Amino acid sequence: MNKFTRREVLAIGTTAFATVATVALSSSPFALAEAKKTPKSLLESFTGGKQVNEGKITLEMPEIAENGNTVPLSFKVESPMTKDDYVKRVIIISEGNPRPDVATFNFSPLSGEAAASSRMRLAKTQNIIAVAELSDGTFHMTKTEVKVTIGGCGG
Amino acid sequence: MISRREFMQAAAALAAIYGGQTPWAKLSASEHKISQSDLLDVKPYGNVTLAHITDLHAQLKPVWFREPSVNLGVGEAEGKPPHLTGEEFLTHYNITKGSREAYALQSIEFQSLARKYGRMGGVDRIATILKHIRSERAKNTLFLDGGDTWQGSYTALQTKSADIVEVMNALKPDAMTGHWEFTLGAERVNEIKEGLDFPFLGANIFDNEWEEPAFEAVKMFDKGGVKIAVIGQAFPYTPIANPRWMIPNWSFGIREEVIVKQVEDAKKNGAALVVLLSHNGFDVDRKLASRVEGIDVILCGHTHDALPEPVKVGNTLLIASGSNGKFVSRLDLDVSASGVKGFNYRLIPVFSDVITPDPEVAAIIEKVRAPYEKELSRVVGQTDSLLYRRGSFNGTVDDLICNALLEQRDAEIALSPGFRWGPSLLPGQKITVEDIYNVCAITYPAAYRTTMSGEQLKAIFEDVADNLFNPDPYYQQGGDMVRVGGLGYTIDTKQKIGQRISNMTELKTNKPIDLNKDYVVAGWASINEATKGPPIWEVIENYLKDHTPVKVDANDSIKIK
Repeated sequence: MNKFTRREVLAIGTTAFATVATVALSSSPFALAEAKKTPKSLLESFTGGKQVNEGKITLEMPEIAENGNTVPLSFKVESPMTKDDYVKRVIIISEGNPRPDVATFNFSPLSGEAAASSRMRLAKTQNIIAVAELSDGTFHMTKTEVKVTIGGCGG
Repeated sequence: MISRREFMQAAAALAAIYGGQTPWAKLSASEHKISQSDLLDVKPYGNVTLAHITDLHAQLKPVWFREPSVNLGVGEAEGKPPHLTGEEFLTHYNITKGSREAYALQSIEFQSLARKYGRMGGVDRIATILKHIRSERAKNTLFLDGGDTWQGSYTALQTKSADIVEVMNALKPDAMTGHWEFTLGAERVNEIKEGLDFPFLGANIFDNEWEEPAFEAVKMFDKGGVKIAVIGQAFPYTPIANPRWMIPNWSFGIREEVIVKQVEDAKKNGAALVVLLSHNGFDVDRKLASRVEGIDVILCGHTHDALPEPVKVGNTLLIASGSNGKFVSRLDLDVSASGVKGFNYRLIPVFSDVITPDPEVAAIIEKVRAPYEKELSRVVGQTDSLLYRRGSFNGTVDDLICNALLEQRDAEIALSPGFRWGPSLLPGQKITVEDIYNVCAITYPAAYRTTMSGEQLKAIFEDVADNLFNPDPYYQQGGDMVRVGGLGYTIDTKQKIGQRISNMTELKTNKPIDLNKDYVVAGWASINEATKGPPIWEVIENYLKDHTPVKVDANDSIKIK
C-alpha cells in the first residue's frame, strides 16, 4: 500500500475531499507490479476470506453518470470512531473497470468520522462496491449500480 | 399527516361539494355546453391553495395537443396511472367517451373531439384562472411553475426566452424549477434568473467541481397561517439528456439524500406543509415518495402526464398537471401546525373557448409576438394526416421529421429524439412556420449526417430503451423511445439492456440490419458540441415544399413483444 498525503492526493487530481482519511490510489504506477486482480480476488484479499455483512456503510453515487470520466462518490460508515470501536479501512471496488481496485481509505479513531468523498472513472455501466473493515474485525459492505449511457434523448 | 379517517373526512367534504360526483364526472355529464364558472368555481377548502402548471413549453397561445395512445409503464408502474391510456384510462376515472374530459385527457376520437371542443391552453386563459383563484384566496395561494417553461416555440428561440419570461412574470409565480431552461446555456439562465421576482429552485443542482449547491434549494412561505416549504427539484438527467457542454459547471442527479436533508431542515424550520416542486418525472416521484418521509405534496412534471385525481403514496399526494398549457392544478389543503388534515383537488382543463382571456396578459402576448407575426404565420405546407408527437415508440410528427431527414439528407436511416413536447395538427390544417418550430425549436438543432454501424445503432436503441424501460424508476430519464425512419425493430420492454431490441430490419430492402455494415444516418438534436448540419426546421420546411399536402402513413415498423 502506498500512502499519500492530502496534498499529494490533490496533486494527482483524481481525489478531492479525502480530508479525513489517507488513501491508496490504484492508479498509482506502483500498483502495476501487482498481479492481475478480479473484483472477487480483491475482496477476498481485503477481508482475508471472512464473512461480509450488508449495511453500516452507505455509498452515494449518481444513478446515471453525467461524465463517466469523473464520477463523484462519497461514503460514510456508522461508527462512534472511539479507540475501542472504529473503522480501520474502506475499500472501493469496481466490478466493470479494467482494474477493480479503485481506492482504499485508511482511518483511525482520530479521523473523527469514517467518511470521504472522491471521484472515479467508470469504463461502463457497473456495480461499485464499498467494504469497511471495523476494529472488531468485522466487514460491512454496500453496492450501488451506476449507469454510463450514451444519452441525448430525454425530454 | 393525513390519517385514513381524516382522508375519509376530506373525501366526504369533497363529495358534499360536488354532490357525490367528482368534478370530472360532472363535466363529463354536461356535454359541451359549459361555462367558465363550471370550470373554475370550487368551494374553497382549508387554508392553503397550491396552483400548479408545468411543461408549458413556451406555448403562449392555445394549441391542439393529443395525449398518447401508447404510454407503457414498466415494473411496479405497469398498468397504473399515468400508464393507462384510451379506454382503460376512461374506465379508471369514470369518464364518458366523447366528452370534453375524454378529449382533454385521452387520444380516442381526437380529431373529431378537437373540432368539437376546440384548442386548449393559452397563457392569457391561465392568467384568468389564477386571478380567479387569487380573488378567493389572496393570502392563501402559492402559484408554482414546474419548469420546461422557457423552451418550445419560435419566439422563445428568437428572443432567448425573453418572450415567455415576460409573459410568465405577469402571472407572478412564487417559485419555479427547470429542465429545458438549461439548454439556453448557463450564462443566459443566470441572466434571466437574476431578473426574476421569484426564486428558480434546484436543490439537486450542484457545482460539479466542489459539489456545492449551485441554486437556491428551498423557499419558505407564510400562507394561510402556516409555514410552507417549497423544495425545487430540477430534471435530474439534464446534463445527460441534453447538452452538458451548455452547462459545463452544473451537476444534477436525483440526490435522494439531499431531498431527505432538505425535508428535515424544512420541518426544523417550522414548515407545516412540505411541497416538492419536481421535474423528476412521475415514476421517479412515485418511488421518491415511497422512500422519503415527510413530503406532503409532490407537484410532478417532466413526463407530461395529466391525471384528474392525485395519486397517493403513503401520506404524499402526487399531482400531475399535464403539459403545453392544457391544465392548471388547484389543490386546496387544510393545514395546521401539525400537518395536513385534508385536501380538495381539481385539475382545471384550460378550454380556450370557455375561459375568457385575461386582457392584460393577452396584450403582453400580442406585444412579444408582434415583431415575428409575419414569419410565424407564413404558410409552408398543409397536412392530410393528424400530426401528433406522443407515444412510447412513435408519433406522426416524428415520422414526418424522419421522412424529411431521409430525403433531404439523403440517408438510409433517420433518428429523431423522443421528445414529449410539441402540439398536434389536425388533418386539412395549414402548416405554418410557427407549427414547425413548435415541434423542433431547440438551441442545438443541427441535422447531422453520418455513418453508423448496425452494431452502433443497436447500442443506441438498447441504451435509450434502458433509459425508458429500466424497471427501477431512478434509472429512467422520462422521454419516449428514439424515433427511427428507414428501420424497423422488435422490442421486448421487459428484458434487460442488450436484450430488448431484436429483428432490426432495413425497411427499404426488407433485409436484416447487418451489425458490421455502416449505414448513412441522419438525425438532429445531438448532444455533442459542434455538430454540423442545417437546422432541423430548414430540413422540414424544404421537405414540405415538395410534399404538400403531406401524408404520413401508419407506422407499424416497431413491433412490441
